[in-house]
Amino acid sequence: MNAILETQALTKTYGKGGNLFTALQNVTLTVAKGESVAILGKSGSGKSTLMHLLALLDKPTSGIISVAGQDAGKLSGRNLNLLRNKTFGFVFQQFFLNANTSVLENVILPLKIAGVHSGERKRRGLEALRQVELEDKARNKASDLSGGQKQRVVIARALINQPQIIFADEPTGNLDSTTGQRIEDLIFSLNKDQGITLILVTHDEELARRCHRQIYIKDGAIYVPARPATRPPVHPDAPTDTQPPAPRVKPQPPATPTKRLVHL
Amino acid sequence: MRLIDILTTASSNMFRSKLRTVLTILAIFIGAFTLTLTSGLGTGISSYIDKQVENLGAKDVMIIQAAGSNDGGPGGGGDPKAYDPAKKVSATAFGTTTTVLTNADVAKIKKVSGIKSVEPNLIITPDYIVGANGKKYQMSAGPYITGTNIDLASGSQLSNSASEHQALLPVEYVSVLGYSSNQAVVGQEVRIGVTDGTGKQHEIKTTLKGVQQKGLTNSGGMNTNSTLTSAIFKAQTIGLPPSAINSYQMLIAKFDGNSTEQQVTALKEALKKDGYEATTFVDQIGSFKQVINGIILALDAFAIIALLAASFGIINTLLMSVQERTKEIGLMKAMGMGGGRIFLLFSTEAVMLGFWGSLLGAGTAILAGQVINDVVSKNFLKDLVGLQLLSFPLTSIAAIIGLVMAIAFLAGTLPAYRAARQSPIDSLRYE
Repeated sequence: MNAILETQALTKTYGKGGNLFTALQNVTLTVAKGESVAILGKSGSGKSTLMHLLALLDKPTSGIISVAGQDAGKLSGRNLNLLRNKTFGFVFQQFFLNANTSVLENVILPLKIAGVHSGERKRRGLEALRQVELEDKARNKASDLSGGQKQRVVIARALINQPQIIFADEPTGNLDSTTGQRIEDLIFSLNKDQGITLILVTHDEELARRCHRQIYIKDGAIYVPARPATRPPVHPDAPTDTQPPAPRVKPQPPATPTKRLVHL
Repeated sequence: MRLIDILTTASSNMFRSKLRTVLTILAIFIGAFTLTLTSGLGTGISSYIDKQVENLGAKDVMIIQAAGSNDGGPGGGGDPKAYDPAKKVSATAFGTTTTVLTNADVAKIKKVSGIKSVEPNLIITPDYIVGANGKKYQMSAGPYITGTNIDLASGSQLSNSASEHQALLPVEYVSVLGYSSNQAVVGQEVRIGVTDGTGKQHEIKTTLKGVQQKGLTNSGGMNTNSTLTSAIFKAQTIGLPPSAINSYQMLIAKFDGNSTEQQVTALKEALKKDGYEATTFVDQIGSFKQVINGIILALDAFAIIALLAASFGIINTLLMSVQERTKEIGLMKAMGMGGGRIFLLFSTEAVMLGFWGSLLGAGTAILAGQVINDVVSKNFLKDLVGLQLLSFPLTSIAAIIGLVMAIAFLAGTLPAYRAARQSPIDSLRYE
């Protein structure tokens, strides 16, 4: 198995003494290259904290995170920034687009940070927008787009540096169900067609079930639901050659019908 | 992020909140405008004074008086002094006394090494001047010192070695004496009236070599060459005792014009030991300049205070920007932008605020300066030909813009530091 992300006994606490709050406790997991993993949990469960740690946006109180076999805790700030810039792509629920600048300017921000020349930035920016079918909106202001278009811009931005991992935090949380479905399809196609590892944070069970594997977080720890998950045939054409490793955790989603659309 | 991208990003960020940016720039503008005007005033006046010193030209001349002159005595301030028969004292018009110098002093000073020549500064007191229209006008006169470069409206400088009588006519006498133009004066003969010691009046003829401009160093009287000076002095001392003739308030000494400042100081020290007080023209003008510089410095201080107030505007503007862009900063950090670059981005924005404010302020001040110069030189300072009240050399404008940018950078460090320190998760979570 070719692990791209590995954690060992990851613990994150906030505060001190009597106010000590353990957000994450002893989380050990492995994500293989090309896998899609859903991190599930209610709000306050610690799933976002786990994603922040995996995305190297935060440092664990204890434990080790390795990216492609490299201990991230031993990286200098500069190399850490470089790693994030080159390896990760981010898709957020709230988009985080700069409303005043053009769609293209928003998309090329990671390349700008990386110090890529403007000619190449434009070329790659338009290429990324083509992938999300928004090439014709390149000159528009980001604020003029619809929610679905905005999220596609965010995906184009996440794609532009050809990342190995995309972190998606409730990517469809702010979208209606039809638009949400199209964004989902787009995100999963990146995983399927381009082999980009996908780590998806959500509390939407149905969305999570489209992933190869689900990790449930409750009270800051991984937990295994009582009943085994039934994998829905969302991926009828799922490639058999990239068979993901046997899930470490067999999630058992509750039998109760889940809501498709979650507004936060 | 490459530097060019930092510059363009900071520049476009600056105008995201247009009104706020414009107001901040306006505050800087006022400071820079004031500073440019005051420094322009300083430069203008200083360069005018320098030009006047240049006009004097005689950088190899010092005026020598007896040490302790003008320090009181009978009728003056200070403590009464014991009578010294060896010291000749003369009363001045101001009720003070001054120790006079004699030919013995001239001989003594000649021996001081470094002194090339010593001549008494003859005080001549003509009564009047008569020109083309035959009317008499009061006139004062002073000897021309070789090497002096008098600001001329027409004609040429005087020659102290010439055997003919030569004089320069102050510009305001041209029309009252009946001449049509400054040029018409050159080569004309006028008569100068002098009263001798017995009360008898004499008239001395002289050729006018040209017309002198008004200036700080031309006190209004005509300049006379040595021959004419001697002639007038001779006429006015007829009937006076030799002791009165042979007593001078000042001597004019020449030294090596290539002397360094240290050498001049050493020469002054040597003269001081012999009981003489020597001042060069540069010294005399220098003290005047010091006063001007003091005033300019005070004005500059006000401008700097305005700039300091403006710098708080910069801090405020940028703090608000950092607050507003918390999420954006978080995003950029998540995408791998280092804290150093974030700092650079915000401090660049501060420096740009400073740049635009100072550029506009200095530019407007220069325009205002042209108008002020124009108005002033046509009105109450029109007599001071060649005076540019406000002068804006490129270097001092660049220095002002640089200074304002430096102040802006310092003001920007606090907000920029805050932005750089933000943690990406907290920023992304920020509502």
